[in-house]
Amino acid sequence: MDIFIQQLINGLTLGSVYAVVALGYTMVYGIIQLINFAHGELVMIGAMVAFTLIGVLVPTGMHPLVIVLLATGCSIPACMLIGYAMERLAYRPLRRAPRLAPLITAIGVSIILQHLALLVWSRNNLAFPQIIKTQAYHIGGATITNVQIAIMCMSLIMMGGLALLVYRTRLGTAMRATAQNAQVAGLMGIDINRMIAATFVIGAALAAVAGVMVGSYYGIAHYQMGALLGLKAFSAAVLGGIGNLPGAMLGGLLLGVVEALGAGYIGDLTGDVFGSNYQDVFAFLVLIAVLVFRPSGLLGERVGDRA
Amino acid sequence: MRFLPGNPGLRWAALALIGLVLVALPFALSHVGTAWVRITNLAILFTLLALGLNIVVGFAGLLDLGYVAFYAVGAYAYALLASPHFGLHLPFWVILPIGAATAALFGLLLGAPTLKLRGDYLAIVTLGFGEIVRIFLNNLARPVNITNGPQGISGIDPFKIGPVSFAKTDTVFGVMVSGPMKYYWLLLLVLVAVIAINLRLQNSRIGRAWEAVREDEIAARAMGIDTTKIKLLAFAMGASFGGVAGGMFAAIQGFISPESFVLVESIMVVSMVVLGGMGNIWGVILGALLLSFVPEILRYTVEPIQKAAFGKMLVEPEVLRMLIFGFSLVLVMLFRPAGLLPSAVRRRELAARGEGELAERKG
Repeated sequence: MDIFIQQLINGLTLGSVYAVVALGYTMVYGIIQLINFAHGELVMIGAMVAFTLIGVLVPTGMHPLVIVLLATGCSIPACMLIGYAMERLAYRPLRRAPRLAPLITAIGVSIILQHLALLVWSRNNLAFPQIIKTQAYHIGGATITNVQIAIMCMSLIMMGGLALLVYRTRLGTAMRATAQNAQVAGLMGIDINRMIAATFVIGAALAAVAGVMVGSYYGIAHYQMGALLGLKAFSAAVLGGIGNLPGAMLGGLLLGVVEALGAGYIGDLTGDVFGSNYQDVFAFLVLIAVLVFRPSGLLGERVGDRA
Repeated sequence: MRFLPGNPGLRWAALALIGLVLVALPFALSHVGTAWVRITNLAILFTLLALGLNIVVGFAGLLDLGYVAFYAVGAYAYALLASPHFGLHLPFWVILPIGAATAALFGLLLGAPTLKLRGDYLAIVTLGFGEIVRIFLNNLARPVNITNGPQGISGIDPFKIGPVSFAKTDTVFGVMVSGPMKYYWLLLLVLVAVIAINLRLQNSRIGRAWEAVREDEIAARAMGIDTTKIKLLAFAMGASFGGVAGGMFAAIQGFISPESFVLVESIMVVSMVVLGGMGNIWGVILGALLLSFVPEILRYTVEPIQKAAFGKMLVEPEVLRMLIFGFSLVLVMLFRPAGLLPSAVRRRELAARGEGELAERKG
């Protein structure tokens, strides 16, 4: 019980990030049935751009919060632009192609983005400038820092904002209609291409913020940080039910908690045979278990008919 | 083998000529540079992997993004049974079948829970499987030291036939024959055998069953094909080829670590199959050779070119290679999604689509 609350807090923090990234995956899959392998790279680029800007702005002596907000505010449009370019150049021409082609293209885009980032920012880790003073609070024997609280709050705001957008606005309704049945939506006067582009762009914006969150949590950004994170976030999306927005949020949080608790307790459970370095395996084991026992995910999948 | 002449006499002559060139190749290569024989050996290993994956992806249509796991299993099986790590030194003709069988077992392990999965999900699960295997290999050093963790296993025995060791250089009739050269000829033999097996498989009942499952699984089941057995067979057979290649890799390199079996390698092998032409054996071989040799050629030419043009190294060869790789994936999918040498089925599809469009335009 001693580490339970601590691991729960850590898990919820990490899970919030997974949830935000998973939303991007699930939206894209729901609308065009494509696993956007390059989504993780968008998270990475968001983090790198933000870190670079923070590094540039720190000497100006502005308030730390303003710097972070400004940097995030610049990384969001950058990621949105890259997301739009991805969709327009690499995925749109392949909309009618058999399923394998967009998948391979996505892998190719992911490789390209990773190595372009490597060229721009070099192989070294980019450090998060120490401008935010970490404040730790103690609850029930566990520690929670202000960064963790900020991450969880930010995620909640983003998830709420997205839900508002998708369920209460005309754009959101149009996106949902396109996801359900693109052909009929087109007949109703919806511009399918714009809807799909919007999905990518919104997902990219979420990814940028997630990147800043992950970067500030771990303190560093690295050109390969997007790959594993993307994979886990996709597992979270599948866990909750692909195409299903509440599912992605639930899946993300659940996966984060399972991973943290697993990492914390696996040593005790297996008598030190397996240690916490097996943490990454959890995400995949959870994914395989879900797909075997409940293929449509916890909350059910929402995928349209592929024309 | 459509590129060979039809006349049987000419055909045999052409094959004999190709055979002669291939056998004499290492002598020519060692004049260019001693590293090139080794590079060729690695290229042949990747070709074996690509042919194995072709069974899973090309014949049966099951997208496997974690194929490197079987390569790793075969390599570690060989390393554990023929190195100072456990003190065992079994001969290679005993270990390679064991490695193939173990890899086939892992193939079944992967196939069993994934039989009902759709294409995209199958891809992710196989990817996860590959990662799980790599993480286990990286961490199985405590409490019982099985894989020696990130340090890997070194001092692996080379192949030995009687008194002839494949690691040393011998002189035969006054001609110098180096270790890599001997491995080259052995690999060539294995490659020919694997190609022959693949050709026979493709034109057998099993091969046709795979094609049926790939094109329309429900119809295949309706025709009486046991799709479960067929899919498991595809996984197991594909994996066993990977296992054999892995064993040879361990012997050739003499040292293995989990670093050689990362996700990028899986993606590389999938790309070889897809870019070359999924399902088409010769396309896959072409894809594998291209993706193995071009990066090496790049590495030797990029540095001097950049130094001459810009005075310094702007882009490292490794980064440039991956960038070109990524771009070629995207471009090939955009303009030639069936691969460089499409299989017969795809060519018929593309031709039909072309005719349909032509008819539309005329009508």
